[in-house]
Amino acid sequence: MLRTTTAVIAGKAARTAARIRGGGSGGSALPGLVAERVDPGFLAHALAGVRDGVVVVSGTNGKTTTTKMLVALLRAHGRTVFTNPTGSNFTRGVISAMLEELPLRGRLEADLAVLELDEAHALHFARAVAPSHALLLNVARDQLDRFAEIDHTARLLTELAGMTTTGVVLNRDDSYVNRIAAELADGVQVRWFGLDESIAARLGELQEQDVRAQDAYTPPPAGPLDGLLAPIDEQQLLVRWGEEHEGGVLGPVTLKQRGLAAMINATAATTTARMLLGDDFREDATLHALRTVAPPFGRGEVIDADGQPLELVLVKNPAGFTVALGTYGSTPVASMIAINDDYADGRDVSWLYDVDFTPLRAKGVALTSGVRGWDMALRLEYDDVEVGRTLTDLEEGLSTFLAEHRDEPKRVFCTYTAMLALRRMLGERYDVPEMGTDAPEAGQA
Amino acid sequence: MSDLDVTILGEPLGSSLPADPGGEGKGEIHLVHLYPREMSIYGDLGNTRCLAARIRRHGYVPVVHQHHPGQPFPERVDLVVGGGGQDSGQVTVEDDLERIADRLRELADQGVPMLMICGMYQLFGNAFITVDGRRLPGLGILDVTTQGNAKRMIGPVVLSTDHGDVVGYENHSGSTTLGPGQAPFGRVRSGLGNNGSDGTEGAITGHVIGSYLHGPILPANPVLADTLVGWAAEHATGSPFVPETLDDSTAREAQQRQVRRLVG
Ligand SMILES: [Zn+2]
Repeated sequence: MLRTTTAVIAGKAARTAARIRGGGSGGSALPGLVAERVDPGFLAHALAGVRDGVVVVSGTNGKTTTTKMLVALLRAHGRTVFTNPTGSNFTRGVISAMLEELPLRGRLEADLAVLELDEAHALHFARAVAPSHALLLNVARDQLDRFAEIDHTARLLTELAGMTTTGVVLNRDDSYVNRIAAELADGVQVRWFGLDESIAARLGELQEQDVRAQDAYTPPPAGPLDGLLAPIDEQQLLVRWGEEHEGGVLGPVTLKQRGLAAMINATAATTTARMLLGDDFREDATLHALRTVAPPFGRGEVIDADGQPLELVLVKNPAGFTVALGTYGSTPVASMIAINDDYADGRDVSWLYDVDFTPLRAKGVALTSGVRGWDMALRLEYDDVEVGRTLTDLEEGLSTFLAEHRDEPKRVFCTYTAMLALRRMLGERYDVPEMGTDAPEAGQA
Repeated sequence: MSDLDVTILGEPLGSSLPADPGGEGKGEIHLVHLYPREMSIYGDLGNTRCLAARIRRHGYVPVVHQHHPGQPFPERVDLVVGGGGQDSGQVTVEDDLERIADRLRELADQGVPMLMICGMYQLFGNAFITVDGRRLPGLGILDVTTQGNAKRMIGPVVLSTDHGDVVGYENHSGSTTLGPGQAPFGRVRSGLGNNGSDGTEGAITGHVIGSYLHGPILPANPVLADTLVGWAAEHATGSPFVPETLDDSTAREAQQRQVRRLVG
């Protein structure tokens, strides 16, 4: 106990120091690192006070949005939930987040913990604290300099699921994820989420231009507690429970985010909430939460820039960028693309050649920016997409883009560190919610 | 076009078809991408897109073939490209590569240019020795031997080559050693290269180039791309390459910015 208290104090001190240096935005991992060094049992101890379960959300794409939706759903049902703030999906980020909320004796009070974890860190976490539940979204090529191989990522998720004690929710349309069902411990329940048969043909929109085998494939059967997405339009959806809708139909409901990816995330979150809540699952609370949950920062977030909407869209791998272009391609606006190559962005920019940029041909790209702004411009040249200009400096790029397209809607696609920088710059000009305010404290209903 | 073919992003429809009679321009150039499904996971299909686009811009007509395991190998071949894959992909293509080995060796001897990246570079060597000491034979077109390694060599790279500066990104666990007479593709100015110790990167024999560089390697290094296109044009037409003047200012900016960042 004494050791944990020391860890909390040391971690809090480091967090304050990081804040003062201005390095604390977007889920700084440093304070978590300090606490982890002081007390390796920190996580297990801190989470021991969480009563109804520790839920891990993982997979290549959609973790942040889905986690936020799941937390909103559970809170709408009156549950107290601890979660890590948007995007800090490493173990240390989770600890950093906990430090904010921990009393000095180092134990969280909450009904549930819902944690977004990167595939590699999810396993690290599970070794310290076996999750009661896991929601596994998808496996796609990610930043290969970090994850090395898709097969490797799939193995990480399989191992994570194997360490889960009570229930898992799996994507029935992702062959890497649905085969995990065969690898679970005895007695662990499985729920599925996926696309309703009526839109099975749109599956391709959720996957990148991929090299995985196109073997004839039938998804596993879905029952009355498995959620299947049936979209009505780009923002409105139904969740059908079971292949024959034998469990009923939820909705229609209109999300604040557009696109099929947001809708499948909502379906995954709803299916998981239903599993966690059991008989307490209520349709009215669910619809209210889905209707009101705002997109996490940088994930389709809309900022009011001089009276015109500016959408900030985080892109980090081929599947994610492809889905983003599919979502927004139907409404071309003035666009800027900012590509950095720090560790958090992926240092290898090869992946840009696995994204189809032709949806941008109609209006072209006004400006490319970031450290690899010229590589982005070159990539667009090979897809015959017109590029207005390239300014690698983000500040200069953003100012120019805003000035030259002042009176029209705008969209900025950006990698992670570019997003953090641009969001800070936008915050100096416009009204932008502070980073990390997405995660209200545990203990609040 | 086989239904196994993958989409090469940006490439126009029908780019696998021969030119219409009278529409051959300066000549047809047949390009073969080896195992695009299994061995091009790191954006390496971008090399094929780059070559096809530049062949077109130089006034020739590219015919882009994709070779899949078990399929007949194309009759006419002027340029061959291969990329990097996962370990599972490498296993899938090994038998097929043995099946077409003689044909590839014959084409290499005839001066058909080949660009083999990462995993395919290793398979074009003499052998790959696994971490537990097993020897997996390669094609032996390049006199290099690769030793499996626990540690991965990852990061941005700058080379000096006979085709100017070359920038790219390496991500490999094998450590490659050149045979006594084998020329390297380039000298490492930043990064690790073949093995992190002798300053060499890749290998070149005749018109066959092996390299670890993704990026993909060709778009940002257009001099190298045009070297391959030139050799292919000569092979295809039997007469010297007749290039157009292309505007490569964007590629030059992308390349030189990396050179300045990494070697100052
Ligand atoms: Zn590689």
